[in-house]
Amino acid sequence: MAKIELKNISKKFKDDTVIQNLNLTIKDGSFTVLVGPSGCGKSTTLRMVAGLEKQSDGEIWIDDTCVNDTPPGMRDVAMVFQNYALYPTMSVRGNIEFGLKNRGVARGERDKLVKDISEIVGLTPHLDKKPQNLSGGQRQRVALARAMVKQPKVFILDEPLSNLDAKLRNQMRTELIQLHKRLGTTFVYVTHDQVEAMSMGDEIVVMNKGVIQQADSPMKLYHDPENLFTAEFIGTPAMNTMQMRDAQGLDIQASVGIGYVGFRPEQALINAGPDSEGYTVEGEILTRESLGAEQIYQIQSRSGVFFVKTFLAPVVTADHVKVTIPYEHLYYFGLSGERLRSGVQANRKQLATVGGI
Amino acid sequence: MLKAVNRTIGSASIGTAAEGKRADVRSGKAVLRKALRAVLQVINVAGMLGLVLVFAMPFVWMISTSLKTLPETMIFPPVWIPENFVWQNYADAWNTGPFLSYFVNSVVIAVGILILQMLTIIPASFAFARYKFKGSGFLFGIVMVTLMIPAQLIFLPVYLELSAFKLLNTHLGLILPFASSAFGIFLLRQAFMQISDELIEAARLDQAAEWKIIVQIMVPMVKPVLVTFALFSFIAHWNDYFWPLVMTTNETARTLPLGIAKIRDVEGVATWNTLMAGNLILVAPILVVFFLSQRQIIKAFVYNGVK
Repeated sequence: MAKIELKNISKKFKDDTVIQNLNLTIKDGSFTVLVGPSGCGKSTTLRMVAGLEKQSDGEIWIDDTCVNDTPPGMRDVAMVFQNYALYPTMSVRGNIEFGLKNRGVARGERDKLVKDISEIVGLTPHLDKKPQNLSGGQRQRVALARAMVKQPKVFILDEPLSNLDAKLRNQMRTELIQLHKRLGTTFVYVTHDQVEAMSMGDEIVVMNKGVIQQADSPMKLYHDPENLFTAEFIGTPAMNTMQMRDAQGLDIQASVGIGYVGFRPEQALINAGPDSEGYTVEGEILTRESLGAEQIYQIQSRSGVFFVKTFLAPVVTADHVKVTIPYEHLYYFGLSGERLRSGVQANRKQLATVGGI
Repeated sequence: MLKAVNRTIGSASIGTAAEGKRADVRSGKAVLRKALRAVLQVINVAGMLGLVLVFAMPFVWMISTSLKTLPETMIFPPVWIPENFVWQNYADAWNTGPFLSYFVNSVVIAVGILILQMLTIIPASFAFARYKFKGSGFLFGIVMVTLMIPAQLIFLPVYLELSAFKLLNTHLGLILPFASSAFGIFLLRQAFMQISDELIEAARLDQAAEWKIIVQIMVPMVKPVLVTFALFSFIAHWNDYFWPLVMTTNETARTLPLGIAKIRDVEGVATWNTLMAGNLILVAPILVVFFLSQRQIIKAFVYNGVK
C-alpha cells in the first residue's frame, strides 16, 4: 500500500523535453490509469516511478520516502511489461522465484509463495515449462505472478494487454480489476486505449505531449472534460467538436471568446419531435454502423462531419436527417481549447432556419 | 475422379466435354510435376552423398593408412582396407617422443586459453553491447582493428616481450597472448545486443545484481553463440602449429601438432602409417568435443532471437 507523489518532474532526452514540470499524486490503493496518444510521455512517467529512467528534475515520493536515488530493485515496485519480459531460459517457477531468490528468501518460504501465487493465477500445471511453450495468456499470467509474488507496495503495468487478442484482453481486463480489489495495492497502469482506461481505472490521468490534461474519475472525465483534448480523447466515438464559426445557426450570447463547441454523439437526437429544444443541424447520413444495441451514424452537414449514436432505437432509413442537440448538452471551449463552464448562454428560441444542405 | 464423373454424365453438352479435357490436362501436369519432384529428390540426395564423400574421404583415408604396414601405404593401386589392422602404429607414434607431455601441454594450453577468453570476452562484450560510456565506440574500434593485424606481424614483438618476462617455454607464455579474442567480443556483442532491454530492466526490478544479470540471464540466452565460439577457439589453438613452434625452444611446453610434425623427421623416409596414427591422436579430442556440442552449434546458426 502506498501513495505516490510526483513533484515538479521534468524529463529531457538530450535536448528534447518529453515531460515538463509534472505534478501528480497517485492515491493509496487506487487503480490509476495513465492514458494518452503514443509519445505523450505516459510510459516515461511510469518508468521514472519504477526507477528505470531517471528524471532530469523534480522528486518522486513513494509513501514518505523520496526515492530519487533508490535503485529500481529497492523501491518495492513490481512491473509488468508489454512484452512480458520473461526470462526465456528459466522455467515458469524460475521466473516467479527469481526476485525472491535475489532478496534472500529462504527456500521453504519461497516454495510456499510460488505455490500460492500459481494457484491464484492458474499456473500450477505449468510450473516446469519454459515461457516459449506457453500461450500469450499464460505468459501474461506468469508476468503477473512474478510481480505479485514479491508483494510490492506498487504495481506498475505498461500496456500489459496489448499483445493479447480481443477476447483474451477482455477476460484479462476483468481479472486485473478483480486482482486489484483482492490485493488492495496501488496499481499504476499505462495504456493508449481509452476504452481500457475507462473500464479499469478508478482514477484516470489523461496526458498529451508530456502535460497532464486532466486527472479525474472516469465519469467526471466523461461528463465534465476540462479541455478540448480530453473531450476529443475520451468516448467511442469521441465528442463531436466544431469551430465556433462553423456552427451555423447557433445563437449564443457569450462574455468570453468561444473557440469550439462540442456534443457527445449519444446526446444528439435524430429527427426529434417539434417540442424538443436545441441546436438543430440538417445533414446527410454517410455511413451506418450497426452494433446490435446501438447504431452509429456518420453525418455530413454544413458544419462538418460528425457522429450520432442511438441506443435500442429503430434504424434510421432516411438519408436526409435533422439532428437536434439539447442546449444543456452543448460543451463550449475557449480559443486555446480550455473548457468554458460559465459565461455562455445559448438562445433558447426555436430557430427557424438552420444548417442544411 | 473428374473423368469418371464426366463419363457418367456423358459428353452431351459441350461444356462438360471441355471441362473433362481440362481435367485431363490438369492430371497430366500433376503427373509431370510429381516425376520432376522425384528426379530433383534423386539429384538432391546424390549431391549430398557427393559432398559427404568429398569431406569424408581424406578422413577415411587417414584412418585406413594409420592401420596399414609401411609397404602397404605405398602400393599401387591403393587398398582401402588393410590386410591386417596394425594397431602397433598408434603405439609407435605415441613413443616417437614425449607424447604424454605433448598431450597434457595441448590440453592445458587450449583449455587455459578457453577459460581466460570466457572470463574476458563475456564482460567486455556485455559492456560494449549494453553500457553507454565515454569512448566506447573508440575502444570497440580498437578491438576491431586487432582483427586485421596478421600474427606474422606481431610474433616478433610478442616473442621479445615473453622473453623479457621469462615466459618462453612455459604454458603461461603460450596462453597469455590469447587471453582475449577480438572475434569473440564482436560475436558476443552482437548476440547481447539482440536481447531486449526490458529483460534486463525486469531483472533489475527483481533486485538482481549486475553480475547475476549477466551470469543467470544473459549468458544462458547467448549459449549457442558462446558454444560456437568456444569450439572455434578450442580447435584453432589445439591445432595451432605456428605459435608453439616460435615460442618454445625445448620440449617442456610443446604441444601435439609439434610432436606430430616431428614424427616425419625421425627416420629418413616418411612413415605415413605412424604419421597418420599420430594425426588421429591429434584430432580425436576435437571430434569428441564436436559431437558433444553439435546440437548447440546447429542451434547457433538457426538462432532467431527469443520471443
